[in-house]
Amino acid sequence: MIEVTDLTVRFGGVTSLDGMSLTFEQGTCGLIGPNGAGKTTFFNVLSGFVRPAAGTVRAFGEDLLSIVHFRRARWGVRRTFQTEQSIEELSVFDNVAMIHEHSRLAGGSRRGDVLGAISFVGLDADPDARVRTLGAGQRRLVEVARAVVGRPKLVLLDEPAAGLPDEETEHLSEVIRRIPEHTGALTILVDHDMSLVSACCETTAVLDFGKLIASGPTAEVLRDERVIRAYLGTAEVL
Amino acid sequence: MLDTASSTAAARQHSPLHRPGTRTLVRTGVIALLLLFALLALPQLLSLYYIDTMTQVAVYCVVALGLGVLVGRVGLVSLGQAAVLAIGAWVAARLLFATTQPYPLVLLEAGVITMAAGTLIGLPALRLRGLYLALITLMLAGAITVVLATTNFPNGGHGFLGYNGSSVHIPAIRRPGIAASDPAYFRYSVVVAALMFLLVFAHIRTRPGRAWAAIRQSEPAALAAGINTTLYKLWAFALASFVTGVAGGVLAGAVHYLYSIDFPTQDSITLLAVVLMGGAYSLWGAIVAALLLQLLPALLNNWGVSADWLTILFGLGVLQVLTTAPAGLADQVPRDLARLGRLLRRRVRRGRPRRPARSGGGTG
Repeated sequence: MIEVTDLTVRFGGVTSLDGMSLTFEQGTCGLIGPNGAGKTTFFNVLSGFVRPAAGTVRAFGEDLLSIVHFRRARWGVRRTFQTEQSIEELSVFDNVAMIHEHSRLAGGSRRGDVLGAISFVGLDADPDARVRTLGAGQRRLVEVARAVVGRPKLVLLDEPAAGLPDEETEHLSEVIRRIPEHTGALTILVDHDMSLVSACCETTAVLDFGKLIASGPTAEVLRDERVIRAYLGTAEVL
Repeated sequence: MLDTASSTAAARQHSPLHRPGTRTLVRTGVIALLLLFALLALPQLLSLYYIDTMTQVAVYCVVALGLGVLVGRVGLVSLGQAAVLAIGAWVAARLLFATTQPYPLVLLEAGVITMAAGTLIGLPALRLRGLYLALITLMLAGAITVVLATTNFPNGGHGFLGYNGSSVHIPAIRRPGIAASDPAYFRYSVVVAALMFLLVFAHIRTRPGRAWAAIRQSEPAALAAGINTTLYKLWAFALASFVTGVAGGVLAGAVHYLYSIDFPTQDSITLLAVVLMGGAYSLWGAIVAALLLQLLPALLNNWGVSADWLTILFGLGVLQVLTTAPAGLADQVPRDLARLGRLLRRRVRRGRPRRPARSGGGTG
């Protein structure tokens, strides 16, 4: 459960998020919108990289914005990046273990948890292999494994399927769909691939120019006229 | 820290995943053999001149190791490590004259005090990266050089500075009782260097090493992974300064007399050059760097070639490394040798090469 109220982010003269308010209850929720709508900025606020000019974010009853950025991982925020960010120098195991040792479960049954996360994403690679040697799809799965290890509360996936071939996207969508039941975390998926969003998310919110323009069950939202207009432009412009 | 290490070790024992592979065994064997060779055979084989040189190599491989942690592991370019070495040597010399503490204790104290100073030098690193950090550390190194030029190194005098300007009778900086002779002191410095390598290795293989790898690749990603980047950057400076301070302590005993003129600011730049040439990403690279920095000038000196050629050589070397081998000689030479070996084996198996195009095909 995450409640965002009047969230505003400005970069100089540009208003990236303009009084955005929305609520995500549970499960996997989609967040879509045209380029520049403010989706990644929203993730950056949740990660603590961007300080909003106004607004509040309450996640599971806590004021998320008051937590220092690097402590949010321990609190339970996980994210993947638009450009995949597994650590090339380290092995698959160390990549996931690194998140675990800075999570709430630090010091616990690390080994089992890490291998559990790797097998949860169905990564078909030697855990001792360096990430540098893996293919793009496998590296994405490593990143997702990093996002689900150590009992997260909030998993943010920023275009996880970008650049993947269809069958790998299909596998990834299977994995994303199971994240909430596997970890209990609220999962937010940002993607431009509408079939992925439809397949994974029961509810979806749509941003345009930093404002929420629609939210609700995914199928309804995708039929919404305002959403179609936001993506394709207005009739006059066409 | 210890907790993490031991639980990892325990986990490794139980798992088929982390079985000690033949590679690990071979590597451990090679390291043990090299250490034995350095400790037992080298002092017998070499003249006193080269034994002294190799002691310097042992000292400077630890300095290069520290810089390698900063540059190779965390991506922080420091141009002040020679000044940090000077601080370590100063503190150790002062303690050795002032007290009768056992040598290892003095080394430890020199390491800890240098660690505090070096971490202060690293404070700008929290805000700066790349060129700006390099410039700031270079200026700090310059400042330390200036201070050292006026205070001088302790030489048995009194007071806080311990400098006796009359220079009628200057006592030598003492060595440990068990390592008074040059060959014995060489062995001593090798053991200290090995311990420092072990310390750094333990860091790299555990939590700090993983955190550093993350910071080097992307700070936002590291923060998102829950890594306190401030803490781990300072930790890297602390570790690098500690080992460099200990190396300074070993250096003090090795040379017996310390002069501020022996620690010019530009040494820090040369140090970075050889560390890049040796390979900042590997622990072997530190040894290669020290050989380049200390053994090469000694060899040239012996052959009657001016050591000034080294400046040109290091310049070319850095160019070579930056263009063809970003991971340095420690990575490039074994790879090229393996390639050569494959090529030779193929030729031998085939009898004689018929078509050169085919024999070169698989070697890339």
